[in-house]
Amino acid sequence: MATTEKPFVGTPRKVTEHLTQNEKLSFEISSPGKKAYKLPPLDVPEVDPSELLGEAARENTGTLPELSEIEIIRHFTRLSTWNYAIDLGMYPLGSCTMKYNPRVNELVSRLEGIAEAHPYQPESLSQGSLQIVKLLQDCLIEITGMDTITLQPAAGAHGEFTGILLARAYHNSKGNPRKNIIIPDSAHGTNPATAAVCGYQVINLKSNAQGGIDVAALEQLVNEDTAALMLTNPSTIGVFENQIHKIADILHAKGALLYMDGANMNALCGKTRPGDFGVDVMHLNLHKTFSTPHGGGGPGSGPVACKKILEPFLPIPVVEEGSDGQLHWNYDRPESVGRVRAFYGNFGMFVRALAYTLANGPDGLRQTTEDAVLNANYLRKKLEDVYDLPYNTPSMHEVVFSDRRQVKNGIKTGDLAKRLIDYGFHPYTTSFPLIVPGALMIEPTESESREELDLFVDAMRQIAREAEENPELILNAPHSTRVSRLDETTAARKPVLRWKGHPASTPLTPDNSPAKEW
Amino acid sequence: MAYPANYRYTREHEWIEVDGKTGTVGITDYAQNSLGDIVFVDAPKVGATVKKGEVFGSVESVKAVSDLYAPVSGTVIEVNEELASSPEKINTDAHKAWIMKVELSDPAEADSLLSAADYDKFVAEETGH
Amino acid sequence: MRYLPKSPAERTEMLREIGASTIDDLFSTIPEEYRLSRDLNIPRQMGESEIVDHFKDAAAHNAAGYASFLGAGVYRHYRPVIIDSLVQRGEFLTSYTPYQAEITQGTLQAIFEFQTMICELTGMDIANASMYDGSTGAAEAAMMAVRVTGCDAIIVARTVHPEYREVMETYAQHQGHSASEVGYGPDGRIDLAALEAAVTDKTAGVLVQSPNFFGVVEDIPAIAEIVHKKGALLIVSIAEAVSLGIVRPPVEADIVSLEAQSFGVAPSYGGPFCGVLAAKEKYLRQMPGRLVGETKDKDGRRGFVLTLSTREQHIRREKATSNICTNQALVALMATIFMTVYGKEGIKDLAVQNLAKAHYAAKTLSENGKLLFAASPRFNEFVLETGEAPEQFNARLLDNKIIGGVPLRKWYPELGNATLWCATELTTKEQIDQAATVLAEAPVAASAK
Repeated sequence: MATTEKPFVGTPRKVTEHLTQNEKLSFEISSPGKKAYKLPPLDVPEVDPSELLGEAARENTGTLPELSEIEIIRHFTRLSTWNYAIDLGMYPLGSCTMKYNPRVNELVSRLEGIAEAHPYQPESLSQGSLQIVKLLQDCLIEITGMDTITLQPAAGAHGEFTGILLARAYHNSKGNPRKNIIIPDSAHGTNPATAAVCGYQVINLKSNAQGGIDVAALEQLVNEDTAALMLTNPSTIGVFENQIHKIADILHAKGALLYMDGANMNALCGKTRPGDFGVDVMHLNLHKTFSTPHGGGGPGSGPVACKKILEPFLPIPVVEEGSDGQLHWNYDRPESVGRVRAFYGNFGMFVRALAYTLANGPDGLRQTTEDAVLNANYLRKKLEDVYDLPYNTPSMHEVVFSDRRQVKNGIKTGDLAKRLIDYGFHPYTTSFPLIVPGALMIEPTESESREELDLFVDAMRQIAREAEENPELILNAPHSTRVSRLDETTAARKPVLRWKGHPASTPLTPDNSPAKEW
Repeated sequence: MAYPANYRYTREHEWIEVDGKTGTVGITDYAQNSLGDIVFVDAPKVGATVKKGEVFGSVESVKAVSDLYAPVSGTVIEVNEELASSPEKINTDAHKAWIMKVELSDPAEADSLLSAADYDKFVAEETGH
Repeated sequence: MRYLPKSPAERTEMLREIGASTIDDLFSTIPEEYRLSRDLNIPRQMGESEIVDHFKDAAAHNAAGYASFLGAGVYRHYRPVIIDSLVQRGEFLTSYTPYQAEITQGTLQAIFEFQTMICELTGMDIANASMYDGSTGAAEAAMMAVRVTGCDAIIVARTVHPEYREVMETYAQHQGHSASEVGYGPDGRIDLAALEAAVTDKTAGVLVQSPNFFGVVEDIPAIAEIVHKKGALLIVSIAEAVSLGIVRPPVEADIVSLEAQSFGVAPSYGGPFCGVLAAKEKYLRQMPGRLVGETKDKDGRRGFVLTLSTREQHIRREKATSNICTNQALVALMATIFMTVYGKEGIKDLAVQNLAKAHYAAKTLSENGKLLFAASPRFNEFVLETGEAPEQFNARLLDNKIIGGVPLRKWYPELGNATLWCATELTTKEQIDQAATVLAEAPVAASAK
């Protein structure tokens, strides 16, 4: 009888459970008098801080941990083992482009002459840094097909901010800044947030039945109040806007600009160039397309490339070659939007992105793009019979499924994602883009071998079966992690945003709770 | 949960109980249910003016924010301080956990709002049941 | 290409399984006229050794091997070796933003420790997980003051880092806020009388820096009194984080914007650095950026999550507190490790060494010039006025492999020949003495006062 059969439980093939070390907060393992530092003896006369600083002298440095070096090494090493990482396996987050972060990038960014360079050291002693900036700029201009670029923005959203300020300054120079920015409903949240911080009204553009730009609707919306359209291409469902030039023409006819969110540039490098298909201004994410590490959330770097008409407005300073062949910073740019960040941007990321570009060359970049698109299409082919594909349009670097079939059993995309953890993978992006209810947004990148892709396919297919036959198992996932699903509601209702306990006074007190049975 | 017959409702899922010139405003049980666990209520300040159909605050769950639309115009005379520390009261009893009290500038405005029966029907249509 | 894990045969096989005959079938949605039919005109593919050589060559064209007295927002401190060993672990380096809490507890707990340490050092109640840097952090803090107060006028002290002020102006002007400046007095601190006259009921916030751009510690309690009297918010920017080891924290501030570069982060020609905002608890809902909070899992185990994310762009979109998404997480981790290494005692010892070195440098170098703002409390920077133009003595210093102070004329024309100098624990007595000797070599005519 069927009732005696155990419900299906899948077999993860990529991972086996193993022990991880427990570790308290650094404050909780601290004890007074332990030290992990040793300063050299002072070679100048000692000073009395209270005499020099008077009332501005600090009495107490507050509660900071006191630990030895080995404890700190263990503390952070133990914490690190609780993380998933690209180095451990596929990271299929859509539009995040979690690709391999080459180690030579890390090495060259730490070379003494590069890491120790001070932004105010004389330009004659900064030619190496300036050459790195200049060569990266030249490469990115060629890759995007644009005319000029600034590397100053610190991340993608900061690049959007800069790019929209350029558009604003451009319109201002023509008479007025205009009033609104059109943003498709499939856009990243940063797009409308950026338009708002730049002082624009956001006009929402509904996607068409293929998940792309509704050209007729756009034509209705664009008028003399439109500053720009912010377009992600390929879109967040991984589809190239094949009417792109028509879109650009509609905007340009009314004097509006086409802004491209370059989050998905990994689908285009070496195959097509935004500058050739009508884009006026765009940002790149060096931490996506150009392999600089995500580092648990940053740092990023968000260069903004644009057409010649926007060049006068670039943030100061801009790098220029003097008649003597030396590179220097030009601050004398009266039409500039101003500065968006102190100094010259996240220079350390420029070094890494340039190292990546040199490691690839033109052939490598093209092959990278082709492999990224190949991988996404392979996953689509291998999963489209078990997961619902809301848009049938051809995929580029990412594919978006929906949880429509699994929802019938009460399983949503977020639940499937949590179960994927038990199979040894980081979840895909859930519930985005907003135009796909219950979205599963998957971007494998070029960095996955066929073996890793097949393991992912196997996991996703077993999870689909579990969703049919054993939904409880999925609803309570993950089962193999150090902590299970966390109570986010209490975290938000009664926020605890810092440690407020007391350092352990008797750290040697044994734990008398009952021992685990082995 | 039944919608109290003496309340009036908006299509944005607020309820109002009018007593003379005073209106007490909250969100409906349907609204709290679709938002999930409410973690924060952004209420207006006492003395603020609100305008019918315009945003006067918001309620938040862990991963969503929902704007609140004033059912009537008027001046805020009281806000439910209890919700600042216990927003979950809205989840337990949405029709009792009021958010603000308003002195109506035009009591006739409330007449154009939905009755309990009409609101019930509206919700049924919206959810496709 | 060595980063790509596929053989030509595998590619062919995968294409066959997809049902495509060539790879270009998968790019068929790109209109033909926009397909690139040539190679990109960028340098050819290089071997790893060539890449290393390329950057070694670039490094050689920078100032390696020079003693430096540069500060001005970027500080040269010793960076304990274990910082780099730990942040190069792939689990930190190659991990994404910790949205999936079950498999990112390492990053989350480290950020929670970071937030706690920043609160302890700044004297604030809450701190976020990081901002891009000190300049954008200060601008975001000002926008936060606008949201809190509902006013839109921002006042900035002229003693705030000039580039921070420029960023502030860029942020403010496009949102229709006014940003005005208040000058400094003969003591190198904000002019309190001018501040009192400038602050009105319409003022959202006042931004000061302490230690300020001249290295002078501002009188925060006095400033706070003036600012709070009119209901405005006080924002204190701190560019030199090590100062917190010995300078009283700005507890009277409403928001502190800290640049944590000094905590174990290389100068790296100006970035990546690590901004962070800390504030009084009542402003929590207006705080931009990510926040990590403590909670429990369903079995009662302690864990950490990103929380209060309804403030952020991915949920609130155009109504978000900021458009910030990616922050400076790995750099914040470097700062966390730095603070853990030095700890409660070390951060103070380190700060005192900085104080002593800068005091000695100011005394020694001012034998050949005049120390400005001499009576005011300073940390590790000072302003030196010389008879000789800085371009002249800096050129002589460079001949001796020393990079001298930053000329201030560009930003403060009224200060003439003044230069801004910095000495940290890495500056040696020998370097200071040598710089003084070179300064003293000024041509007689130029040094006459």
